[in-house]
Amino acid sequence: MDRMSSTGTDFTVSRAKASAIFVGDATVRYGNLEVLTSVSLEVLAGEFVCLLGPSGCGKTTLLNAIAGFIPLADGEITVDGVPVRGPGGDRGMVFQEYALFPWFTVEQNVVYGPKLRGARRAELRQIAEHYLKLVKLDGYAHCYPNQLSGGQRQRVALARALANRPGILLMDEPFGALDAMTRESLQQELLDLWQADRRTCIFVTHSVGEAAFLAEKVVVMKAHPGRIDAVLPNLSPRPRDRTSDAYFSMYRRIDAALRGQRDPVAQTEAA
Amino acid sequence: MKTPSRRVSETDPLGTRPLTQRERWILGVLSISGVIGVWQLATGLGWINPVLLPSPLDIARAFWTSLVDGTLPQNVIASLLRVVEGFLLAFVVAVPIGVAMGLSRTLGGLFDPLLELLRPIPPIAVIPLAILWFGIGEFSKVWIIAYGAFFPILLNTMAGFREVERAQVRAAQALGANRYHIFRDVVLRSALPFVIVGARLGMSMAFIVLVAAELIASSSGLGFMISDARYKFRTDEMFLGMVCIGALGFGLNVLLRATERCLLRWKSA
Repeated sequence: MDRMSSTGTDFTVSRAKASAIFVGDATVRYGNLEVLTSVSLEVLAGEFVCLLGPSGCGKTTLLNAIAGFIPLADGEITVDGVPVRGPGGDRGMVFQEYALFPWFTVEQNVVYGPKLRGARRAELRQIAEHYLKLVKLDGYAHCYPNQLSGGQRQRVALARALANRPGILLMDEPFGALDAMTRESLQQELLDLWQADRRTCIFVTHSVGEAAFLAEKVVVMKAHPGRIDAVLPNLSPRPRDRTSDAYFSMYRRIDAALRGQRDPVAQTEAA
Repeated sequence: MKTPSRRVSETDPLGTRPLTQRERWILGVLSISGVIGVWQLATGLGWINPVLLPSPLDIARAFWTSLVDGTLPQNVIASLLRVVEGFLLAFVVAVPIGVAMGLSRTLGGLFDPLLELLRPIPPIAVIPLAILWFGIGEFSKVWIIAYGAFFPILLNTMAGFREVERAQVRAAQALGANRYHIFRDVVLRSALPFVIVGARLGMSMAFIVLVAAELIASSSGLGFMISDARYKFRTDEMFLGMVCIGALGFGLNVLLRATERCLLRWKSA
């Protein structure tokens, strides 16, 4: 954590001090079933956090609660100090099943958010061009989603979320439905994008490797009831290398934490 | 446009190469003209009693005379008007109810059992009731047709508005959409294909019911033309009526399909 105490004027460092998302004793119930029990979590601005755990651990529920899709039975969630009351354009969302609007072209999908906010036609065209280029889909503007491959669809979904310029990007197993090679190249592209603008990201995954590769902070969750078990900082250097010792040691630490072993560097939940 | 090349068929062990557009046309023309040819031969050579099965030429002759004396256009227009009126009546009633039942769980729960009770009753079974209630006038027939078309449209509309993908709604919300935006850009759009399928099914049902209603109680229309021809023992006119109904139904279906393609370009893209 000495990164934060440095006195440099570096933008990312000064921004990293602020807390973007604060989850305090959040509890979610479906009827009598407690799917999320008294979860507390702090995500700093510009941080890349992975929520990891077995199915039923409530990682998607936690993400959906932050997005404002499901209400809390207890506790609170604030984003930039403002309590979450419902979904909003400040928290962009990328879903595993893409959730594109198949009746809109790729371009119409990408500019959907800005268009709702009343952006002009010329501006919309610029936005579409910029973000499609960013996700390497220039030339696909007038295609319909069903003409694209899974990887391309998820790129459109990412562009659509980014084009709305959200402060926070929430991703729910976005690469879970893709083949291994597409997944790895999209992980790299996502990291490149994140390193360019240091947007706060919460990324739900059940892949240890994905968390080790992407995250600055890995939140390991447990099921029955859903709760946070350990928070592992991931300080391996960037750009990350899937064949490096740092990657493998992080992989082992996450794997051990998933099995319930105590991590030497983990922040305990009470902290 | 991908057209399968010749080489594909040569390496295709099962010979299951799909037909090209041209081949399909040729085969279609071949089968229809073949059947008509054999039919003409069989009736023209006197193998079959022409009173029971008139030759295609006889039917063509009947077509020409009834076209010239104006009875055919009159009957076609009468039937077409009824079917369109009945269909439109069903559509404007069924769609709002379907939307409401699809969107509101309470309304859905309230009317679902009622629908399940009414749905299995074939519309033809309500014809006597319609005659009793509305007489044998024009409205009676329109009402019967509307009744027939009503359920397919209602059920499909309801299903469409119920089966909106939650992730798409959430995606819109996370992009800043309010309830109105979500209705306009997600719910309506994703339900539209269902409504169109309902309309197509409703239209074919309207046709079935139209003919039944005209056969039983009418003094105009293609159904009437068929039953009237029976009393006159004019089988050629009966066949002409059948052919016209088929052609009319085919034409309306083509029209609806074209509308569908136009409205749902994203599906066939």
